[in-house]
Amino acid sequence: MMSVGRKVIFYVLLIISAVLVAGPAVMAIVMSFMTNQDILTASMPTTLSFDNYVAAFERFPLFNFLLNSFIVSVVIMLGQLALSSLAAYAFVFLEFKGRDVLFYLFIATMMVPFEASIIPNFHIIRDLGWIDSYAGLTIPFFATTFGTFLLRQNFKQIPKELREASHIAGIGDFKFYLTVVLPMSRTSLVTLGVYGFLTSWNMYLWPLLATTNDTVRTVQIGLKQLQTQEQLNDWGVIMAGAVIVIIPTLILLFLGQKKLQTGLTEGAVK
Amino acid sequence: MSTVSPIIEKKEDFAAQINRVKKQKRMTGLLKGILFLLPSIILFGVFVFYPLFRTMYLSFFLTDAKGATTVFVGLENYVYMFSDPIFLKSIKNTFLFVIYTVPATVIISLFLAVISNEKLKGIGLFRTIFTSTMGISVAAASVFWLYLFNPTMGLLNQILEVFGAESIGWLTNPKWAMIAIAITTIWMNIGFTFLILLGGLQSIDTSLYESAEIEGSGYFYKLRRITVPMLSPTLFFVITVSIINSFQTFGQIDILTQGGPANETNLIVYSIYREAFVNYQFGSASAQAIVLFILILLMTALQFKLGERRVHYQ
Repeated sequence: MMSVGRKVIFYVLLIISAVLVAGPAVMAIVMSFMTNQDILTASMPTTLSFDNYVAAFERFPLFNFLLNSFIVSVVIMLGQLALSSLAAYAFVFLEFKGRDVLFYLFIATMMVPFEASIIPNFHIIRDLGWIDSYAGLTIPFFATTFGTFLLRQNFKQIPKELREASHIAGIGDFKFYLTVVLPMSRTSLVTLGVYGFLTSWNMYLWPLLATTNDTVRTVQIGLKQLQTQEQLNDWGVIMAGAVIVIIPTLILLFLGQKKLQTGLTEGAVK
Repeated sequence: MSTVSPIIEKKEDFAAQINRVKKQKRMTGLLKGILFLLPSIILFGVFVFYPLFRTMYLSFFLTDAKGATTVFVGLENYVYMFSDPIFLKSIKNTFLFVIYTVPATVIISLFLAVISNEKLKGIGLFRTIFTSTMGISVAAASVFWLYLFNPTMGLLNQILEVFGAESIGWLTNPKWAMIAIAITTIWMNIGFTFLILLGGLQSIDTSLYESAEIEGSGYFYKLRRITVPMLSPTLFFVITVSIINSFQTFGQIDILTQGGPANETNLIVYSIYREAFVNYQFGSASAQAIVLFILILLMTALQFKLGERRVHYQ
């Protein structure tokens, strides 16, 4: 048991740290309900209202941006789940010549930062006519080594005898993958899904390049627009926009925190 | 004699058959393996490997505004790049930025992980708060700090004013801009780093602490002798990831300073972005991208080499 004195010290440290870490986000949330008058005079909020949120949605195609972000994130998430589970299955259950070479090829992709190959990537998307399209925003991110390794770690724990037994029962590999392996790995699929959604929702550089108008523009770039256009005057509206942007990911993070914690380290090569 | 030969013949026939089946099995195995891996391989080919070689290729050329190569210039882009004070500054800034952000992020997150690894009531809430910055996008985080750094209304200068200190031009003063970007980045990265380190702490065998307790060891002795050594693989992982992340910083620069004042916060990815998509110099931008690629490659290799000796593996 911890002594009372030590407990007090820990709580004091925890509370101070929590205030500092949560400070900027809490401040933004409070500001998003404040009137511009209160913000400019730096007073404590005298009245709280939803006016900033109404204004943000009225003056900007914020709803469109949110919908775009949602579509892009869900499509990337599903694409990553499909491709990395297929690849992980091959690495764990299938034995064939050249498997190790392909495995090293996957590792090699981790050495190439997306930022370093962004110029040809942009040209590819442009030449395919994928600028301002969901395809251009999503397909380049479907294949992921991190996801493949995360699932590979998990698939390894499924006994190989299960596969042999289903082969004898006349069940092929693809059916075994669909009906046995995927359901058994639900937890890590959820982890990868949460992670994929989070990172896609928060993407910045690529959507900035791959969209030239509002049709498929994501909410992160929308927020940048909001900020540059309203810069001098309306902080309440800007903060309302920022709060809307972070709500979906914060909810997802709170729900999936435990799973992410174990999953993120498992994705590292072992 | 005549009764034996058909059996031998049959045996040979059987062996050939086995061979054929084996061969067939190997072929279908290969085919199946490739089918399962094909989607990933194609996408990696198109969006990772081809672009990497294309970047190398482009770095030897001048291009038009559309990105088509016009004149082969050999290493000229590289020669130009390494004599360009703006690019050299962005390299220096990038290293400086790593030094500003990585140690601070890891130390703060380690502190938070250690204090939230105690069995206390309500600890779950604190853990959630410390993880929360991981869910905040770079655009949103930059907007929060843009306000905090605002010279007149911003909270930071208001606090300074209360203490009678002079206000700081956080984003406009060349001395402070990089620090401001670093603070924003550290805050953003705490969530992820904390989550991983806490996971590492929780996986340390509690019997180690119990036996230390029996010997009457103090809190800080245990921290130094058990926690840190046992945590070193996780720390190693976190440091590598943080360094690579710092090299790839873009969003906070784009929103907070656009590389200014006087290129003081122009980091390498922002420099590549500006050279390629503002100046349309795809050749020299590709040369810069190759430098980024090599930097990250070297950093990973160096980390592996240096890290391995000090890291405690179970």
